[in-house]
Amino acid sequence: MTQLIPAVNSNDHRFGNSAAPLELVEYGDYECPYCGRAYPIVKDIQRKLGSEMKFVFRNFPLSKIHAHAFSAAVATEAAGLQNKFWEMHDLIFENQNALDDENIFRFARTIGIDLERFKNDIQQKALIDKVEKDFESGLRSGVNRTPTFFINGKKYDGGWSGDQLLQYLKNQFSRDPLSQG
Amino acid sequence: MLTTRTIAPDFELNSTPDQKLRLSELSNKKVILAFYPADWSPVCDDQMTLYNEMEKYFSRHNAQLIGISVDSKWSHLAFSEYHKFHFPLLSDFEPKGAVARLYEVYDEKAGACERALYVIDEKGIIRWSYLSPVGINPGADGILNALEQLDNLKSINQ
Repeated sequence: MTQLIPAVNSNDHRFGNSAAPLELVEYGDYECPYCGRAYPIVKDIQRKLGSEMKFVFRNFPLSKIHAHAFSAAVATEAAGLQNKFWEMHDLIFENQNALDDENIFRFARTIGIDLERFKNDIQQKALIDKVEKDFESGLRSGVNRTPTFFINGKKYDGGWSGDQLLQYLKNQFSRDPLSQG
Repeated sequence: MLTTRTIAPDFELNSTPDQKLRLSELSNKKVILAFYPADWSPVCDDQMTLYNEMEKYFSRHNAQLIGISVDSKWSHLAFSEYHKFHFPLLSDFEPKGAVARLYEVYDEKAGACERALYVIDEKGIIRWSYLSPVGINPGADGILNALEQLDNLKSINQ
């Protein structure tokens, strides 16, 4: 059984209730059309499951086929330094066909981050290393396509389109003895 | 599949329309043989695209990845150019599947290679193998673990 390595930790971008019984991790590529399709589905799941689930996004840019995927990932990390990771993450997925530098800076301006600092941060080795570490953790965890999801640390091999992923998560939740207390 | 700790059978196949690659030419490197069913099929696309991103990780372990299927050298050329692959695809075309048979990963019914991985060390010895269900992309974790173990063993023996 393929396990998430390393487990979710303080280096991750986490959204939602940290004590939630369900943990959904996505390895994604900002320029990948499948991830683009999964984006509103995941949003909808977040809305529907509310405090029952936390969501974590890890970078898995396929740089050889997606020219902007890596720099987009670094841009979200740089936005994260100004506490705007999710704002940037969302804007990028909502505009994934326009990820050149000019647009990335436009997004940064839209979400109101300090542009000078952002420009400096996207060059930082620490952020590049962070994206590469995410990628490597994905390789270790058996990520074999994007998006790949992990639910409570275990690789999810089922479908995610329509409401397949939501239904699966709901079933997990109802089976989880901790949540029935 | 062939058992580990046995010698990987040598072979020579076309890597491009006018070039051939012999396994024993790579004897100073570890070699990952990735047998796969077919160019252009959905799972193979994902699998080879993933490996294409991993050049850096493989070279860290002095390893070279090679894809093998029964597709023709011309199909390989187009498939490789389309995805910008940075590793060779070998054409096990004539006699069809001969190398796959040699490595016991030929699917007679489908007339194609199975989805199988071998890791071969610098001395040409098979050190790890894995047969994946044909519809499932095995990813890279197994390969990375095998390469790492080989390097760890080497540092213990030195």
